[in-house]
Amino acid sequence: MSIVNTKDSYGIVAILLHWIMAILIVGLFVLGVYMVDLDYYSKWYNLAPWWHKCVGMLVFFLLIIRMIWVMINPRPEPLVTYKRWEILAARFTHALFYILLILICMSGYFITTAKGVGIDLFGWFNIPALGSLDKNQAELSGEVHEIAAYVMLLLFMLHVCATVKHHFLDKDATLVRILKPINKKERST
Amino acid sequence: MKVFSVALLALSLLSTPVMADEYVIDKKGMHASIQFRIMHLGYSWLWGRFNDFDGEFSYDKNNISASKINVTINTSSIDTNHAERDKHLRAEEFLDVEQFPQSSFVSTSLTMKDNGSIELNGDFTLRGVTKPITIYMSYLGEGNDPWGGYRAGFEGTTELVLADYGILKDLGPASKKLDLFLSIEGIKK
Repeated sequence: MSIVNTKDSYGIVAILLHWIMAILIVGLFVLGVYMVDLDYYSKWYNLAPWWHKCVGMLVFFLLIIRMIWVMINPRPEPLVTYKRWEILAARFTHALFYILLILICMSGYFITTAKGVGIDLFGWFNIPALGSLDKNQAELSGEVHEIAAYVMLLLFMLHVCATVKHHFLDKDATLVRILKPINKKERST
Repeated sequence: MKVFSVALLALSLLSTPVMADEYVIDKKGMHASIQFRIMHLGYSWLWGRFNDFDGEFSYDKNNISASKINVTINTSSIDTNHAERDKHLRAEEFLDVEQFPQSSFVSTSLTMKDNGSIELNGDFTLRGVTKPITIYMSYLGEGNDPWGGYRAGFEGTTELVLADYGILKDLGPASKKLDLFLSIEGIKK
């Protein structure tokens, strides 16, 4: 059981970051779609955006930690059974996930802080605003936030389809090695 | 030649009718405001304003009923001191500023009451809907300013029903209409 990544396996930190963020991001997407059409008199009218903003900022922090973690850790090598196009597709998908997440987190932050007021994170502390940067900041950020989120939904479905393919058709260790650290022997099965 | 220019001068004097003085709203020095207030749940007043507007009026204190005013408001400049609410107010559900970037008031007639109050009638356009409204004005004062100009000022108020202008979002029974407050200072042209 390794905390850090090895050439064969993801470490516990990478695995936890993957799944915690996955759950939070799926939750944020559902909450985001749900909250924008809430009736003014709904009891969730204020609460849903509050959770969305706080959890969203939490994901932003996790994303930064994860990107640092990816950079300072060895990257587990592709399974030997992977074809070249699969490796390239996975690299592309993962890179796009990071780009979209950065876009979504930043645009979300820029909607709320469009008038120079920061975001209060769960009442713990205030994330300061960078100020009003553009006259259309809120609208522009809103567009980016929505479009990037829907693009990420498509990417997420592709990601899940690939998992299903590897686990049930190719019967390789792709899914297993993001569920738990594995050893060299397990990796080659 | 001299005779000719004297004749021209006489002609130009004759052809200039006795007109009311023309004023331009002091936008540069911002001695004017367009504010509104709407009930929040029936418990308090929510105040907002439009930061970007322009207008002119003609006014002659000896013939007040001949006065005219027109004001244009850039609807995207709505400001309630809350980034997300302002974004929502600019959206289609409320002001739909993308489709209707401007709102305007053009006076049609004016009556001076015995008590000195002024009823200013005119066509008000908001969200593409034009309706006749009456603004209850009062004259505040006029005179020289310390910088070589001449100024005159008014204030006025009116009530708008949101649904009249196609704003159908249900904000509750206490919030179906709003009060509009105009504060206008003009500099004589």
